[in-house]
Amino acid sequence: MSLLELKNISKIYGDLHALDNVSLNIEKGEWIAIMGPSGSGKSTMMNIIGCLDRPSTGEVIFDGKDISKESRRRLTELHRDKIGLVFQQFHLINYLNAVENVMVAQYYHSMPDEKEALAALERVGLKDRAKHLPSQLSGGEQQRVCIARALINSPELILADEPTGNLDEANENIVLGIFRQLHKEGTSLIVVTHDPEVGEEAQRIVRLDHGKITSDRKNEGFKG
Amino acid sequence: MNKKKRMFIRMITASLVRRRSRMIVALLAIMVGATILSGLGMIYYDVPRQMSSQFRSYGANVIIMPSGDGFIQEQALQTALGKFPDAELEGYTPYRYENTSIHNMPVTLAGINFDSIMKTSPYWHISGELPEQDGQTLVGAKVADKLSIKTGDSISAVNSFEVTDSTDTSRIPDYEIYTDPKTGEKHCDHALDLKVTGILDTGGSEEEYVYVSLGDTAYLSLADRGYDIVEISAAATQDKLSEYIDNINSSVRSVSAKLVKRVTASESSVLTKLQSLVFIVTAVVLILTMICVATTMTAVIAERRREIGLRKALGANNGSIVGQFLSEGLVLGGIGGILGALLGYAFAEIVSVNVFSSSIMFQPLLIPVTIASSVIVTGAACLIPIRSAVEVDPALVLKGE
Repeated sequence: MSLLELKNISKIYGDLHALDNVSLNIEKGEWIAIMGPSGSGKSTMMNIIGCLDRPSTGEVIFDGKDISKESRRRLTELHRDKIGLVFQQFHLINYLNAVENVMVAQYYHSMPDEKEALAALERVGLKDRAKHLPSQLSGGEQQRVCIARALINSPELILADEPTGNLDEANENIVLGIFRQLHKEGTSLIVVTHDPEVGEEAQRIVRLDHGKITSDRKNEGFKG
Repeated sequence: MNKKKRMFIRMITASLVRRRSRMIVALLAIMVGATILSGLGMIYYDVPRQMSSQFRSYGANVIIMPSGDGFIQEQALQTALGKFPDAELEGYTPYRYENTSIHNMPVTLAGINFDSIMKTSPYWHISGELPEQDGQTLVGAKVADKLSIKTGDSISAVNSFEVTDSTDTSRIPDYEIYTDPKTGEKHCDHALDLKVTGILDTGGSEEEYVYVSLGDTAYLSLADRGYDIVEISAAATQDKLSEYIDNINSSVRSVSAKLVKRVTASESSVLTKLQSLVFIVTAVVLILTMICVATTMTAVIAERRREIGLRKALGANNGSIVGQFLSEGLVLGGIGGILGALLGYAFAEIVSVNVFSSSIMFQPLLIPVTIASSVIVTGAACLIPIRSAVEVDPALVLKGE
């Protein structure tokens, strides 16, 4: 069953075609890696999938509904309700501790609940660091807080932009372990990365170059 | 309180407490502005009182004279004084003049009340002491010079007159009455022995009199009568003084009250100029404070563009972002306002003590006014940067715009 469908999407900035007539279908529960060199259009595609931006032309069908012409307000509601974002730079609020950072996502979604937030931190192995400020956490721990924040509202889709880009190997393995667990539980995952090792963890690998999809293949080595 | 409100307060508190170093800069800007506003406001409202008090050193600002040829009677004086509020009546001195002679030279004696003279003539410079009791005198410098009188001398003021059948001799010692051997007329040299306690130096006409107590004047003149003139010192504006004077003139027919224009006109003129100056300075400082607070808040909010982008990416709408940042600004404005209002009082006190040599009168109303102004100015100053901040595109910010 299709979760998200991009139909002939283009994003044009002046003369630059950041995305050029791209079509992509993502099934529910699927784990997709979007790969490509810098300037290939990965981030533009992620922003459109994440409802943070709109395409210049084409349709974005989310849960059976075209959202490409929706207002910013409606898009905000959509990504708040359906999508969990994981960033390369973590983007934690520096004056809130770990559990408060998770609760901020609840605050804008529905109702903050510290017990639930602590449970989300426990899921990423950080319950004992709940009261620590981001500056007191390592990069890997910050990324796990970021994942806990993305998970807290039980989104249909986790959208991760270079989630291991700033992490060492040990922390990269922890994060990928969490992603594997989420995938097992049925969460859809889209991971934008230029790291082949991270890309090879996904069940499907989409390659972009100069705004076009150059390959879209199933990962035969996917361990599921 | 529901969980959402609790989380809102938790975020505001965390932002203010855990970002102390940033917030202290903003708080300082607000506090300095509130201090100046509160301080200058207090000075502005207290200037009339302070200036009035200062101008009292130039002497009386109201005089009362008899309206006809008579004298001012005590009862009429008390009725006239009753027209001044007690708090504004600094003091009054009745004067009673009598001609007499000292060392056979004609001298005008001025009977006054030594207890109140420094209230109405604080500029008097006395070499020696002010008399404290009957039988003591203060001699004007010109008289002292002319008659070679010094502090500590004993002098006699003599009232010479012909004794007729109508003269009441009951108050005259027998030895003072003598008969002129040539004419056979009875004469009296009624004398008042005085100890000179001080010499009066003013540079004005006051130096031409010899000052004694009102009791001594009555003794020497052998007559109980009213006063020739009464000087009043009142701490009130020219308009209020005019009002009291009109009241006296319309209700006490036997006396005529007048403003000492030399003092009241200059007081009024200086007061208007000084209040205008303080008002302009306050207005300029308030504008500068607004600019300073706006600049600081712009910087504080600008460095949080990424956070605003993140909040938008997490689903915050513009209203909730404005609400959060504005609340932080208003809390800062409130805290800065409270601290500034109190510091402003201290500032006004220091200025007052140094400039006017007296304490400032606390104006309680200025505390809520300062806090409200501080909150409003900070809120207004925050709105401009917040408006531009909510336009941030979360996609650009999160990508490291």
